[in-house]
Amino acid sequence: MTPLAAYLLVAALVFAIGLAGALTRRNAILVLIGIELMLNAANLNLVAFWRYGPHPELLTGMMFAVFSIAVAAAEAAVGLGLVIAIYRHARTTDLDEINRMKG
Amino acid sequence: MNVVFWILAVITILGGLTAVTLKNTVHCALALTVAFAGLALLFLELDAQFAGFAQILVYIGAVAILVVFAILLTRGSETPSEGVFSRTWFAGLLIAAGVFSVLAWAVLHSTAALPHESNVPAVDVRQIGHALMGRYVLPLEIVALLLTSAMLGAVIVAMHEKGEQK
Repeated sequence: MTPLAAYLLVAALVFAIGLAGALTRRNAILVLIGIELMLNAANLNLVAFWRYGPHPELLTGMMFAVFSIAVAAAEAAVGLGLVIAIYRHARTTDLDEINRMKG
Repeated sequence: MNVVFWILAVITILGGLTAVTLKNTVHCALALTVAFAGLALLFLELDAQFAGFAQILVYIGAVAILVVFAILLTRGSETPSEGVFSRTWFAGLLIAAGVFSVLAWAVLHSTAALPHESNVPAVDVRQIGHALMGRYVLPLEIVALLLTSAMLGAVIVAMHEKGEQK
């Protein structure tokens, strides 16, 4: 197995774990944790392709990963703010009970 | 592949697995921090020092703390009596397993178009700064705008509603 394939396999496994967490947990915060894991797995893919790609001196993949980290930080802030707002309204973060968009 | 990679991969995967399976939500957040640290160390192992340290600063320093704050502000740390997994957990698990098998099949059966060993890129912070101020200056400004608006939006969304008695 080449190093690139090993990194891609690890990233695929982390992505699948994050997807499983996002699809199976009841708590909205845990769903956000799963989404963060999936974003991180994508970043690992980008950096691995940059490192083993033909032109690492162009910094393309790493820059993409750094910008992706910044966007993920914004996503986390807005997502957790939404969870807190929903909790204040519905007094729960259980996604099986939050099934109406109109309060 | 050297032994450091495998140690880091095992740490990352175990951290991710415990983060999505533990019952106590605070423990999940701590396991998530371990997974983030493992991913940052994998970035360092890939000679992407800047991305690795950005990962440590942003994820371990900010996102993990935000998650802990959100858990403590809601009553998320209490384990619900009807279990922590949703009613449709089996379908979710099947979908995740299917996605992983497709991705793993694609990785293992792809023809090796890229070179197996490339020279280690000598990247210093000066080069990254030049790239950020030159080629990537427009994305940098857009990210700055996005972060500002996301921060304002998060504050407005989580602010007390008017007329709500507290």
